[in-house]
Amino acid sequence: MSEQTQHEPKHGEHEHHVTPPIVYVVIFGTLLVFTALTVGASYIEMGVFNPIVAILIGVIKATLVVLFFMGVKYSTKLTKLTVGAGLFTFLALISMTLADYISRAWGRW
Amino acid sequence: MPDSTSIAHDAREAPHREHPSYQRHHFETVEQQADATNFAMWLFLLTEIMFFGGLFTAYLIYRNWYYPAFVAASHQLNIFWGTANTGVLISSSFTMAMGVWCAETRRKGGLVLCLVLTFLLGLVFLGIKTIEYSEKIEKHHVPGLHYSLNSFLNPDSDEAAKAAGDKPLPLDMARHTELYFFLYFAMTGMHAVHMIIGIAILGFMIFRAQAGAYTAGHVTFVENFGLYWHFVDIVWIFLFPLLYLISRHAN
Repeated sequence: MSEQTQHEPKHGEHEHHVTPPIVYVVIFGTLLVFTALTVGASYIEMGVFNPIVAILIGVIKATLVVLFFMGVKYSTKLTKLTVGAGLFTFLALISMTLADYISRAWGRW
Repeated sequence: MPDSTSIAHDAREAPHREHPSYQRHHFETVEQQADATNFAMWLFLLTEIMFFGGLFTAYLIYRNWYYPAFVAASHQLNIFWGTANTGVLISSSFTMAMGVWCAETRRKGGLVLCLVLTFLLGLVFLGIKTIEYSEKIEKHHVPGLHYSLNSFLNPDSDEAAKAAGDKPLPLDMARHTELYFFLYFAMTGMHAVHMIIGIAILGFMIFRAQAGAYTAGHVTFVENFGLYWHFVDIVWIFLFPLLYLISRHAN
């Protein structure tokens, strides 16, 4: 990474990235396809895999929105780290809560 | 501004560099200001993740405990309206993303059009939600004193339950359907509140955009509002399969 001096404020660590509309169109189409997929998948008998498939499709859709609509793919390292930290904290809190519930009288109150 | 203030101000800031009117004094460059604002917006969104995360965790635990009740109760939701609303919200996210592009490339007309479309799609979403909520009120599926277990104790008397091929639930399990509807209203209600706030801000932005506020090189506000709007979209992307699509394959 090149350190920029204050004499050239025009060229910061990252230029403002402009995502071309074609990317938004492709992502929009993909999101609609995945919406149809998740509705279709819910009518197929897959046992324990039904919720897993539903969550998986949700995660794929959310990732596309975060990376392209929200532009994280083209953003600074600070933003990427922030998003990653949020996701990590969220998962840590959920798994710790579940670990607590599962290790007690599960479902008996 | 009194003279003394401006003198002190100039003394401190000297030599005063030229900068655009939208750049605050305490930032070195416009890029630095944009990055800092973007960072702040993401920090706010992290608090939102934690906020909705609590509701999702509650849902996860209760769904595993009272699975039959959650399946029967979820059959009361209209999958057509749910899917339609998902499409509407994804479309509004797309128009919002296009709005950001219009602002970045200084297309004023395009920006106003995109914001108006996003605004309208947001209203359509809330309209469909109203149809769904009124259905729940009519069938006494709102948790509280008037909650009715009829659809779950006598599924043959209920159109939606009959169509899904539901079997009558034992009384103690049927009572837990109220918990499902509590979570349904809490989660979709909080989501709708976020939509209402977003739509109000969009209304304000449409006026500002018409005045040319966002097409003169300063797009931070549009960009950060876009982040908020997409975040609300992501919440719905998870709410939809979790609330509407539990065990639809039963029959």
